[in-house]
Amino acid sequence: MAKRIDVKDLNIYYGDFHAVKDVTMTIEPRSVTAFIGPSGCGKSTVLRTLNRMHEIIPGAYVKGTVEMGGKDLYSKDTDPVDVRRRVGMVFQRPNPFPTMSIRENVLAGLRLNSKRLSKSAADELVESSLRGANLWQEVKDRLDRPGSGLSGGQQQRLCIARAIAVQPEVILMDEPCSALDPISTLAIEDLINELKEEYTVVIVTHNMQQAARVSDRTAFFNLEATGLPGELVEMNDTRIIFSNPHKTATEDYISGRFG
Amino acid sequence: MSTQALRRRRLDDIEGVELNPVRASSNRAFQVLAALAVIAAAVLRLAGVNLALAAVGSYLAFVVLVHLVYRVRNGGRVAADKTAKAVLYGTFIVAIVPLVSLLGTVIASGGATAVNPDYLLTSMRGVTGVHDRATVEEGAPLIGGAYHAIIGTLIITGLAALISVPIGLFTAVFLVEYRSKGRLATAIRFLVDVMTGIPSIVAGLFAFALWAVLFGVGTKNGFSGAVALSVLMIPTVVRSAEEMLRIVPNELREAALALGVPKWRTIVRVVLPTAASGLAAGVTLAIARVVGETAPLLVAVGVTQGINVNPGDGPMNTLAVYAYNLFKYPRNPGYPDPSLDRAWAAAFLLILVVVLLNLSARLIARFFAPKTTG
Repeated sequence: MAKRIDVKDLNIYYGDFHAVKDVTMTIEPRSVTAFIGPSGCGKSTVLRTLNRMHEIIPGAYVKGTVEMGGKDLYSKDTDPVDVRRRVGMVFQRPNPFPTMSIRENVLAGLRLNSKRLSKSAADELVESSLRGANLWQEVKDRLDRPGSGLSGGQQQRLCIARAIAVQPEVILMDEPCSALDPISTLAIEDLINELKEEYTVVIVTHNMQQAARVSDRTAFFNLEATGLPGELVEMNDTRIIFSNPHKTATEDYISGRFG
Repeated sequence: MSTQALRRRRLDDIEGVELNPVRASSNRAFQVLAALAVIAAAVLRLAGVNLALAAVGSYLAFVVLVHLVYRVRNGGRVAADKTAKAVLYGTFIVAIVPLVSLLGTVIASGGATAVNPDYLLTSMRGVTGVHDRATVEEGAPLIGGAYHAIIGTLIITGLAALISVPIGLFTAVFLVEYRSKGRLATAIRFLVDVMTGIPSIVAGLFAFALWAVLFGVGTKNGFSGAVALSVLMIPTVVRSAEEMLRIVPNELREAALALGVPKWRTIVRVVLPTAASGLAAGVTLAIARVVGETAPLLVAVGVTQGINVNPGDGPMNTLAVYAYNLFKYPRNPGYPDPSLDRAWAAAFLLILVVVLLNLSARLIARFFAPKTTG
């Protein structure tokens, strides 16, 4: 089910503001790709174009193509809702639905899409998704409790369970650990390693050690000055990016000389 | 050494620094002065001074004395504190006296009549001055009640809510979810604000005129009243619903959209339920605001003495109009007391309805509120 994503000459605009310039990259299936770079360089923006979430900001639009498994996500006959069903997303701050229980949160993607859902299928999905998110053991006895009663790390894993319950092909994570403590971060990182067996995972992170730990490939974004569009500086195997980058800007960033 | 010295030095040891005493030594003087002020007011009153003058005069003297006493005893800072306290108590009493007095008067004058089943379950049809005279002169039981007015109030306010809640909610959803910026949104917000300021009599005249155009001049019925009330209700609903929708965290919308949920369904299934408690409370308070309207209903609905449960057919009665009507036109001008009793009882019922609506708004808010634990 994992798909390969090809981004070609992608330019992203917010109204008049040119946010990201000329990004061309390939994201391999069943692997973890990390986006790193200083704040404001457009890495989150690029991530959000992969499931057309940036469109909810009024005035945002893109030029260029994003193909997933050979199909253009931005062609006229593609529905953004359909794209988002196939490309799941986990956000920086854990955001379980406060009106729903743990179980309802996991099923939210299916219930809200009003598909018919039998009780047995729902039970099976809740368990498999929560197991997939390494949360089952902790919450199996309190599935009917509110999701917002969990700890921050548990909430974030609940959000991951919610994302994988709709059986996406790709999972995007926008700084999923930046609001979590080190133990919860470790749990999420272990989970990312397991998720890549089945899904294509793309993760934005400010933490370079995290990128080095979890990702197979790393893309470094940078911007020349405030107000100028961000761009992709270099993308390669994580090992190479962190040991022998081809560009000096990359080396400066990962060695802590700036940023 | 020098840092040691700096650290050990206290603020009031420094030349030229003089600290105000922070804490009041006691509250005794304040209490004594307050008691004296009350006594002074009572004495002045007994000496024949106007009540308001006595109260205001002794209160002002109390504030000044509190300030002077504490300034002399404890310094400026404590004096300011105690003076502020005296002013706060004063304004609190000014705010609370009319409310308590009003509630007390209404309960004392109308409470007994209002809980009488005869009053609650009969209308005024066929009740004439003869009956009222019999009540006063021969001690016959008070006949004629507010049943028709209670029914009318419920029907007309209910219809007004049915009209305004959907319109108000949809407007708020449009303003928050679909077009939060731009000329159209600004225009709508401006118009809603203007609508908030419409005098209620103008809303009544609008409904009256609309019905004159649609159904012929002089057509008065319950629907017309509901339209008049909804003109008053819609802006309140829009404003409160807009505030409530705005505080729904954007992350929840993003979470739903990222699951591949269409926007309209995100609004229906995630945004509205999350805001449900605030929305319900806002709607209830909007209803409470219009339930006591008199003027627009007098114009648009008219008055009737009998039971009319059909809002499409002719005048109805409502509690506020009922009270006004009996006060202004007693059944028997020679013996107005029974009519005034009925009017007081209607006022009592109206206040009761508003209190119940406010309480239910709180209950609804608690019932719908997102649960965080257990």
